[in-house]
Amino acid sequence: MLSKRLIACLDVRDGKLAKSVKFVDTKDIGDPVQKAREYYEDGLDELVFYDITASSDKRRILLDVVEAVAEQVFIPLSVGGGVRTLCDATDLRLAGAEKINVNSAAVRRPELIAECAAAIGSQNLVLSMDIRRVRTSGTCPSGYEIVIDGGRWPMGLDALEWALTGEKLGAGELVVNSIDADGTRDGYEIQLTRMLAQAVRIPVIASGGAGKPEHLQQVLGEGKADAALVASMVHYGEYTVSELKRWLHDRGVKMRMSW
Amino acid sequence: MSFTQDELDRVGTIRVAAAIGHGLTTIIIDYEAGNLRSVARACAEVGLKALISGDPARVRSADKIIFPGVGAAGSAMRSLKRSSLDRALIAAFQSGVPLLGICLGLQISLEHSEEGDTPTLALVKGRVRRFDFSEPSLKVPHMGWNEVRRVKPHPLLSSLESGDEFYFVHSYFPQPTDLTSVFAVASYEHEFCCALGFKNYFGVQFHPEKSGRVGLGLLERFARWGGAPC
Repeated sequence: MLSKRLIACLDVRDGKLAKSVKFVDTKDIGDPVQKAREYYEDGLDELVFYDITASSDKRRILLDVVEAVAEQVFIPLSVGGGVRTLCDATDLRLAGAEKINVNSAAVRRPELIAECAAAIGSQNLVLSMDIRRVRTSGTCPSGYEIVIDGGRWPMGLDALEWALTGEKLGAGELVVNSIDADGTRDGYEIQLTRMLAQAVRIPVIASGGAGKPEHLQQVLGEGKADAALVASMVHYGEYTVSELKRWLHDRGVKMRMSW
Repeated sequence: MSFTQDELDRVGTIRVAAAIGHGLTTIIIDYEAGNLRSVARACAEVGLKALISGDPARVRSADKIIFPGVGAAGSAMRSLKRSSLDRALIAAFQSGVPLLGICLGLQISLEHSEEGDTPTLALVKGRVRRFDFSEPSLKVPHMGWNEVRRVKPHPLLSSLESGDEFYFVHSYFPQPTDLTSVFAVASYEHEFCCALGFKNYFGVQFHPEKSGRVGLGLLERFARWGGAPC
């Protein structure tokens, strides 16, 4: 059977590794290429680059980072942030990204999902969703709402409905990122992850809130996620990738243990 | 054939030395079926200089061929036929050149794929079937890391250890007619063949170029493989 995946997310801003708390207060914490190599050698299962560069004229820096990483890291690479067109997706693919994440641009223009899926294959197209808990209402029956542009704009779009639409349009995987949990280190949003993982037939990656190994165990078990995404847990050296995998493995979570 | 693994390895090493000396070429076949640069990068990492090419003449004169690919069997076959690469590949196979098929490159080496009801290259006898699960929790495509279990020794799998996992992304799986061509299996609800070999052809359903050290190990073995079967 498939192993659960441990994914590290590198937020890249102007070519440097950055980490934010609740999507604001971003600070630089190192060289993404070096970090990527370190995690790969330590058994990471997949790597995600998220470009939080504000200006589009600095996009070239991201492509250079992806290219440098692809030359020395031989696990799936996924890239997102600011993918607005099929052309953006193709550029990233040529630079060495397997998987492309679409987010805000897909909410604005859902056809982007179908276009990208047709061109690069559903299996390589990831729909990344930033989600905030809201009061249950007519427009948001699930009690979770889609927010775009790095957490800036609530869209009045129900997260469950959007996940199902995305799957239908051809997304091959979902990233479920809880804005409420992001950066808190109090644990993933289990209820949200579980709700979406049970509703779709594509893999779900849980994101936002990881602070302790127990959180990963919980979201991969109770939360029904196929993969857990971590960032600050490993970026600051508090845990290593192999320690987390070993910890989960010892508690019966199926992980890839030889690399 | 009764070579020991050591002998096979030694022969392989001599051939690589010869290849470097005589500028022999490894071709990664380009037939508009996905991004081939990750395969080329992984080859470079293990010291195998490979050229990405869709030119049938180059394929016919290649000393080693990697046949990768993602996407659909039907469009892949149309693309191969349009460029006469199908005939070049069959000719190369018959001439005894070591050939490595990856993912879709493995699937279309069999006779038929359920995907679009497509007749394929028929280098190896057998069919390609779709995963069809009644259990809704099993997702298709089968995507992620899964254990590959060797069922028979082969030079390309000699570095494989128990518990080694490879990265898979596919919805269809190979079902060779002759079970002696099955060299490794993986399990996703049921066991399926994920590595098959026939003469100078070896095909893997997983992606060695995305499978970390164990994947690079397989490519390194391919770089040293002279094409002799087990």
